[in-house]
Amino acid sequence: MVYSVTDSIIELDARRLFCPMPVIRLQDCINQQAVGTRIQITCTDPGVMNDIPTWCRINGHEVISSQEQYDEYILVIEKKDG
Amino acid sequence: MTRKAVALISGGLDSLLAARLIQQQGIQVEGINFYTGFCVEGHTHAIRKKDKDKVKRNNALWSAEQLGIKLHIIDIVEEYKDVVINPKHGYGANLNPCLDCKIFMVQKAHEWIQANDFDFIITGEVVGQRPMSQRKQTMPIVSAESGADDLLLRPLCAQNLPATKPEKEGWIKRDLLKGFSGRSRKPQMALAKEFGFEDYAQPAGGCCFLTDASYSVKLQDLWDNRGHKKYEIDDIMLLKVGRHIRPDQSYKLIIAREEGENRFLSGYKGQFQTIKTVSHAGPMALVEGDKLDQQQIELACAITARFSKGRDEESVELVYSDKGDESQAIHIKPLLPQDLPQEWYIA
Repeated sequence: MVYSVTDSIIELDARRLFCPMPVIRLQDCINQQAVGTRIQITCTDPGVMNDIPTWCRINGHEVISSQEQYDEYILVIEKKDG
Repeated sequence: MTRKAVALISGGLDSLLAARLIQQQGIQVEGINFYTGFCVEGHTHAIRKKDKDKVKRNNALWSAEQLGIKLHIIDIVEEYKDVVINPKHGYGANLNPCLDCKIFMVQKAHEWIQANDFDFIITGEVVGQRPMSQRKQTMPIVSAESGADDLLLRPLCAQNLPATKPEKEGWIKRDLLKGFSGRSRKPQMALAKEFGFEDYAQPAGGCCFLTDASYSVKLQDLWDNRGHKKYEIDDIMLLKVGRHIRPDQSYKLIIAREEGENRFLSGYKGQFQTIKTVSHAGPMALVEGDKLDQQQIELACAITARFSKGRDEESVELVYSDKGDESQAIHIKPLLPQDLPQEWYIA
C-alpha cells in the first residue's frame, strides 16, 4: 500500500487503479486509523467521485472535500466512529 | 441476543432481496463483496471516453446503501487466480469457473464470519437460476466444500432446500423465507416492487468477464501463446481494452478504439513496445510479445495505420518505440482491409 503521513493527513496514492480498488485502499487504510484521522486519496478513475462518498456514507465516515484537478480526483476523508 | 449475518452482495437484485428478507426478521446484516479483477462494471466505463457521461455507480455499494448496511469490499485478486486456472469443477460455457467461484467466495465469507463473530452467511442464490452454480445438485456442494455447511442460508429459495442452522435454531422463521426456483425473474421483480426497490442493476450475462465469450477467447489465446496458464492483473485488464490482433505467434497488437483507450494504453509505455500514429488522428497500440524485427515493425505499423484517420492515404507516419528509449519514425501505407485476415483478430 502506498501512503505517507504529512501534517497529520495521511496521503494515499490510488492513481491508475480502477474502482473498486481505490475504495479498497481507502477502506484498508482507514481501518487501521484512530477516529478523527484524515486521509487524502488521489485517484485517476472518475468513478471514485461517486464510489468513495457512497462508501463513506454507508460506513459512517465523512468526506471533507473532493475536487478534480488535472484529470486527478482528490478527496479528503475523516474517520468517524461508524 | 441479536444474531448477525453477512450477505454476499454482488450488486444484483437477488443478493439485495436476500439481505432485505433477513433484515426483516430482525437480524443484523452486513455486506461483503469480493473483487476478483474480472468484474465488468467500473473498468470499461472508466477507460472508454464514450462512457464518460454515464453515471458511474458501483452496484454493490448502491445495494448496501439501499439496505442501510455496511459493506466490506475484499481484494481477492491473487488468491482467485487458482480458481480461474485450476477449477476443480471445470468451466462453464466459457472460461467461467462459476461453481468453484461460488465455493471460494462462500469459503472466504465463512472465514470472515469466524474472524468477526458473525453467526451465518446469506446469498442470493436461487435453485435453477444458473446452469452451473445454482442447480439443486450443486447447492449442497457449495455448502460442503466451502466449509460453511448449514451456516449458509439462501433466503430466496430456502423453502426448496433442507433447513439450515439459523432455521433449526429459531434465529429466523423458515415460513417467512421464499421458495423461488427456475430462471424466471418475475418473483424477484415482484418482491423488489413489494420492498420498494427501483433502479436496481440487471446485468445481462452476469457481472463477470469470464462469462463473456469474446473475453474468454482472448484469455485462452494469452495462455496458449505464453505456454502456461498464468496471469497478472495488468494482463486481465488489457484483455478488456482495444482490438486484439495477432499477425503471428510471436506477438500481438492491442490497438485502442477511441481516445479513452489511447490514454489508458499510454500508461503502459515502458512496459511494452508501442506504436503511435502521429501524422493523423489515430490509435495507440501496444505490442505484447517478442521484440519485433524490422519487417514485423512495418507490418504492425501498417495494421495500426489502418485504424487511423489516414487509412485511405498513401502514407501515414507512426512512431515505434521499444521498451527503452529507442524509437523510430515509420512512414507506411495503411494495410488495406482485404489484406488484414479475419483470423488475425482474436475474438
